[in-house]
Amino acid sequence: MTDAQEFAVSCPIPQTEYAQILLAHGGGGRLMHQLIEGVIVPAFTNPALAERHDSAVLAVGGVRLAFTTDSYVVQPLFFPGGDIGSLAVNGTVNDLAMAGARPLGLSASFILEEGLSFETFRRVLDSMRRAAAAAEVPIVTGDTKVVDRGKGDGIFITTAGIGRIEHTRVIAPSSVRPGDAVLLSGDLGRHGMAILAVRQGLQFDTTIESDCAPLSGLVQDLLAAGLDIHCLRDLTRGGLASALIEIAEAARVRIHVREAAVPVIEEVQGACEILGFDPLYVANEGRCVCFVPAGEAERALQVFHAHPLGKDAAYIGRVEESREGLVTLESRIGATRIVDMLSGEQLPRIC
Amino acid sequence: MKYVDEYRNAEAAQRYARLIARQVTRPWTIMEICGGQTHTIVKYGVDALLPKDITLVHGPGCPVCVTPIELIDKAIEIASRPEVIFCSFGDMLRVPGTALELLTVKARGGDVRIVYSPSDCLQIAREHPDKQVVFFAVGFETTAPANAMAVVQAKRDGLTNFSVLVSHVLVPPAMEAILSSPQNRVQGFLAAGHVCAVMGTAEYEPIAARYRVPIVVTGFEPLDVFQGIAMCVAQLESGRAEVENQYARSVRREGNVPARNLIKDVFQVVPRKWRGVGEIPQSGLGLSDAYAAFDAEERFGRAATSSDADSECLSGLVLQGALKPHECPAFGTRCTPEHPLGAPMVSSEGACAAYYRYRRHDIPLTVEPQ
Repeated sequence: MTDAQEFAVSCPIPQTEYAQILLAHGGGGRLMHQLIEGVIVPAFTNPALAERHDSAVLAVGGVRLAFTTDSYVVQPLFFPGGDIGSLAVNGTVNDLAMAGARPLGLSASFILEEGLSFETFRRVLDSMRRAAAAAEVPIVTGDTKVVDRGKGDGIFITTAGIGRIEHTRVIAPSSVRPGDAVLLSGDLGRHGMAILAVRQGLQFDTTIESDCAPLSGLVQDLLAAGLDIHCLRDLTRGGLASALIEIAEAARVRIHVREAAVPVIEEVQGACEILGFDPLYVANEGRCVCFVPAGEAERALQVFHAHPLGKDAAYIGRVEESREGLVTLESRIGATRIVDMLSGEQLPRIC
Repeated sequence: MKYVDEYRNAEAAQRYARLIARQVTRPWTIMEICGGQTHTIVKYGVDALLPKDITLVHGPGCPVCVTPIELIDKAIEIASRPEVIFCSFGDMLRVPGTALELLTVKARGGDVRIVYSPSDCLQIAREHPDKQVVFFAVGFETTAPANAMAVVQAKRDGLTNFSVLVSHVLVPPAMEAILSSPQNRVQGFLAAGHVCAVMGTAEYEPIAARYRVPIVVTGFEPLDVFQGIAMCVAQLESGRAEVENQYARSVRREGNVPARNLIKDVFQVVPRKWRGVGEIPQSGLGLSDAYAAFDAEERFGRAATSSDADSECLSGLVLQGALKPHECPAFGTRCTPEHPLGAPMVSSEGACAAYYRYRRHDIPLTVEPQ
């Protein structure tokens, strides 16, 4: 094998020089990372933003509040296992949960395209109502705009949420330490492959359903068990790989994952094989990773396994010291490689 | 997963690694032709388990990588036309042309669409009779039958608003070009299993005989690659130079005869320029005269004959196995997946992209105790 030294690189990745926004700037990969870090964050620099977590944490009169927002533009609007409405509620509930917050209230803003059927809109609203009830959070405010036909894509939804942090832990990437265990709440890739299967008209023996679900109950159980949770992160665009890389870079640690320990159901694995995708990068909407000291890993797994959304949780890796933030993976055949952030979205291969 | 997990079994992989180590008595350099195999090797760390005497070099089998820049420029020009819907496999969209790439054409308002199958383009053409639908037909012998079928169906259905921009390439002439090069260091080949599933293995027999080089038709899973290497090493050690078939679960000596006939009907063998390598005689496919009406270059003008590629990109040497990706001075610094100087840094099958994704940091690649 070639000397590992030969792979050392001295120069950081250059800034992108694209004159326009590409679709890949929204793909959850390196380009989106560059857009956020290089263009958006510098415009608004402040301490709460600097934490780079799923929710900002604001102290108000001795109470810590988590605050977050997210926009939803998914196509198709309805897919196996969910729809844009349930996604908009669960996504924001999950961002609050990742700060260890109990959700207090959500907002919902709609950009509707001229010509959208009332039946469709009512179905979406009904789905949002049910998702909010399941997550035990009210939708308390909102806004509506209508744009000309052709200027939207049926319906875009933005939700924001606030939640109360009822503990004193700092659940954030900055709390991750060498020696931590990395726990994954369930199998990977269902949401991304459910959407792609509908878009591409792929049919499998069993329909792949999105994993779209609210994680707040699971997180409350983990907190109630008194576990020393260092960090939580829900896995959305960019999948497990991008989430771990972001945490490793923020905490300046090496996260080492055993590929054989990462659960992926056969239908998702099969769809990924056909399309040339890696499940590590496929989107999820109801999965999270949890960092706890290795000594608490077993007890944390018991809490996961007792909850319906954590029954397939697995101990997938560990945190190690490192000069630079990176993620490595022990492949199924036992060799180690790095896990890199994709440039943009995964593109289907040619052959 | 049935029939996939079996080929990724850690114990079996390590047994093969030990078998190869026992066979080897001196250094050998083996080239895997196909970019899919390169990614398997680098992603799973197949090379990390091999004895030091075995050097794997990566071949030209990445269709995105070898598509000449002037054809990318032509694709960009066609895709920028308001009357065109330009369809391509996803990989091609990020390959840099002289000034920009297809993704930027899309961001500027061009109608550029990713398709999974060329037959999807026929449906798009039927739905948009007022538009010209152009498919970027790239790939080796593997994708040629499906692309040929789309053209045959378009002719049968009388679709006049569909055409293909053809950049098909053929594996055997590229192997001969590598073997004839004075810089050649390849002593054995792992041939591309999927190409052979279409074309069969017979056309490799004269190459093995003429150049005294073992050629093992090999699959794409880690165990396929291990077994292919073991078969190749066994030949090298015993002084044999034969065509052997590791990928017998997919490949027959005669290949897929209906698919081959389809290729023969729709295409003709033409000289083709390979990006970074240069023109190789009789190394590509172009539409045959009977289907010339579906040639996008007939409809929108021929691609330029020469174009200056970035002189800093050494992808030609990488594609011929003369240089490892990380040995290029621009690797990882001036050339990254976000800012590629050459196509091998772009494609999911490109060797440079594989090294960048999986090998960039100086981490030990040794096997850890289980």
